[in-house]
Amino acid sequence: MRTLAIAKRVTTELLRDKRTLALMFVAPILILFLMKLIFSANSTTSVNIATVDLPSAVRTELNGIKHVDVVAKKDNSAAKKALKNQDVDAIIRKTSTNQYTVTYANTDATKTTMVKQAFKGALSANGIKQMRSTIKRLGGTVVKLTATVQQMQAAQKVAAAKAGMAASANATTGSAKTPAISVPKVKVTTSTKIKNKYVYGDKDTGFFDKIVPILMGFFVFFFVFLISGMALLKERTSGTLDRLLATPVRRSEIVFGYMLSYGGLALVQTIIIVLTTVYLMGVEIMGSLGAVMVINFLLAVVALAFGILMSTFARSEFQMMQFIPVIIVPQIFFSGIIPLESLAGWVQGIAYILPLKYAGDAMTQIIMYGKGLLGLSFDIGILLLFLVVLTFLNIRGLRRYRKV
Amino acid sequence: MPEPLIDMQHLVKKFGDQTVLQDVNLAVMPGEIVGLIGPSGAGKSTVIKTTLGMEVADGGTAHVLQTQMPNRQLLGRIGYMAQDDALYDTLTGRENLTFFGNMKGVAKADLTAKIAHVAAVVDLTGDLDKRVSGYSGGMMRRLSLAIALLGDPELLILDEPTVGIDPALRRKIWAELANVRADGRGVLITTHVMDEAELTDKVALLLGGKIMAFDQPAALKKQYAVDTIEEVFLKAEGVD
Ligand SMILES: Nc1ncnc2c1ncn2[C@@H]1O[C@H](COP(=O)(O)OP(=O)(O)O)[C@@H](O)[C@H]1O
Ligand SMILES: [Mg+2]
Repeated sequence: MRTLAIAKRVTTELLRDKRTLALMFVAPILILFLMKLIFSANSTTSVNIATVDLPSAVRTELNGIKHVDVVAKKDNSAAKKALKNQDVDAIIRKTSTNQYTVTYANTDATKTTMVKQAFKGALSANGIKQMRSTIKRLGGTVVKLTATVQQMQAAQKVAAAKAGMAASANATTGSAKTPAISVPKVKVTTSTKIKNKYVYGDKDTGFFDKIVPILMGFFVFFFVFLISGMALLKERTSGTLDRLLATPVRRSEIVFGYMLSYGGLALVQTIIIVLTTVYLMGVEIMGSLGAVMVINFLLAVVALAFGILMSTFARSEFQMMQFIPVIIVPQIFFSGIIPLESLAGWVQGIAYILPLKYAGDAMTQIIMYGKGLLGLSFDIGILLLFLVVLTFLNIRGLRRYRKV
Repeated sequence: MPEPLIDMQHLVKKFGDQTVLQDVNLAVMPGEIVGLIGPSGAGKSTVIKTTLGMEVADGGTAHVLQTQMPNRQLLGRIGYMAQDDALYDTLTGRENLTFFGNMKGVAKADLTAKIAHVAAVVDLTGDLDKRVSGYSGGMMRRLSLAIALLGDPELLILDEPTVGIDPALRRKIWAELANVRADGRGVLITTHVMDEAELTDKVALLLGGKIMAFDQPAALKKQYAVDTIEEVFLKAEGVD
C-alpha cells in the first residue's frame, strides 16, 4: 500500500517538525483564550455622564444604574470641557420642559448605546414615580369628592325629610346610606420584577458566545489549510515531488497519503480546539459534543484538500501566505459572524461557495439549538461535496507534474 | 541485435512559444552508458523528463523499454536521480531509502537486503541512521544515487549526478556505473563536465534543440579532428 507508506512518511516528517506541531496545537488555544479575555471584558464597560440642568430626581435615578456615574455641571461649557478632556462619555442637558439634548463622545459604540439605554431607563423610572404621586394625589381628590358627595346626600336627605316624601325617600336612603364609590387603594409596586429565562446560555452570554462556534471552525480551517498547503509546497520546491512521481506511484495515492496523515493531525487538532472551547472557555453546547467534533473534523478535511489545491498555485511559502487575505479572511465575514440577511443579495451569493459558511451554520445549529447530525444533512452533504470535488481536483492537478 | 532501452525519434518539445527540443534522436542500448552533453539550458533535463513521462512530447516518439511514454507502470523499472538532491531531510538515510523502495514497489522481504546493498555501493552504511539534514553535500548525492540504484532498475537515468562533488566521489560513481553496464543494464547520464563525457560509450551533443552529433567519443574526436570532447563541443557550437 503506497498510500500508507506516504502517510507514514508524511506523519514522521510532521512529528519531527516541532514548530509546526506547536503552531497547530498551541496557537489556536492561545488565540481562543485571548479572544475570550477580550470579549468578556466588554460586559463591564462603565460610562461617565455629565448633566446640565437635569432634574435631581432624574439624576439620582441615572446615578443608581450600574456602571453609570453622573456628575452635575453648572453649565453647558463646563460639561463640554469635561467631554473634550475625556472625563465624561456624554452630556445630558435639559433644554426646556420634556426636552433633552444628549451629546455623545461616540468614540465607543458600546458606551453610546449604554448611555442611551441608561437615560431612557432613568427617564421612564422617573416618569413612573411622578405618575405614582399623581395617582396618590388623585386618590386624595377622590376621597375628598366622596366626602363632598356624602355631604350632599346628607343634605339631600334632610331636604327630602323636610319635604315629607318619606315613602319614596326611604328607598333612596337605603342605597345612599353607604356610598357606592369605594376609594381605590393606590399601591404601585416600587420594583417591577422581571424574571429572565434564557433558551441558550445564561445572563452572561455575550458576543463571544455567539461567534465562538464559528471561530472554532475558523481556526480549524485556517491552521489546517496553511500547514497542509505548506507541506505539499515543500515537497514540490525541494524536488522530492518530481522524484516521487518518477516512481510508479499513482497520483491519487499521493493525494490520499497526504489526506490520511494530515487528516490524523487534523483530527487531533479538532479534538483539542473543541475541548478547549467547550471546557476552558465554558461554552455551553445544547447538542452533542460528538456532533460538534464531526462537523469540525469534516471542515478540517475540506481545509486540507483546499490547502493542497491552493499550494499548486503558489511558487513559494510567501505566495502561500498571500492566499490568506484572498481566501481565508473572506470566509470569516461570510461564516455567520455578521448576519447574512443584512447583506446585499449578490454578496450573500458569495457565502454559498465558502465551506466555512456551511460548517458555521451546522455548528451554530448544534451548539445553540441542539440539533443533531441527522438534521444537518444538507450542510454535511455540501461539505462532503466540497471534499470530493477538491480531492478530485488535487489528483487532476498533479498532472501538471507528471502526465500519467 | 538487442532492443534499445530508450528510443527517441524526432522528439519535439515546446514550452509555450519556446521550442526547447526541435528534433532529438537518441538511443540507449543495454550495456551502454550514453552521455548527453550540452550547455546549461540546452534542454538536457527536458529530454529526461520526457523520457520519464513527466512531460509529454509535442512531436515525435519516445519509447522506453519498448513502451510508448508516458507510462506509469514502467517507472518501476527505471532508476532516476534528479538534478537537485531531492531528499526528505528530516528523515534518516534509511527512512528515505525505505520510502522510495516502497514507492518503487520493491518487495518488503527484499527491501532490507537491497538497502544494505545500495548503501554499501555508495559507502553510506555507517551513516544510514543519521538524519539527512546532518549530511554533507557529497553524502546527499550518494544517498540520491543509492535511491536511484534501489530495485536493480534496467535503466538508470541520471541528471547531472556529479555536480559539486569531489573527485574521489565522482570516481566512485563512475565505477558503479561501470558495474551497471557490466550487468547489461543501460545508463543515460547528462553532464556539462566535458571530461566526464570521455568515460561514456556514446556521447550525444545537444545544441539548439537538436542532437548535433551522436557517436563514440573516439569517433567524434576523429570526426572533428580534435583531441578532446570539449573541443568537439566548441567546434560544434561554432558550426551551429
Ligand atoms: N516546465 C517548464 N516550463 C517552461 N519552460 C521550461 C520548463 N522546463 C524547462 N524549461 C525551459 O527549457 C529550457 C531547457 O531547460 P532544461 O531542460 O532544464 O535545460 P538543461 O537541463 O539542459 O540545463 C530552458 O530554457 C528552460 O527555461
Ligand atoms: Mg538540467
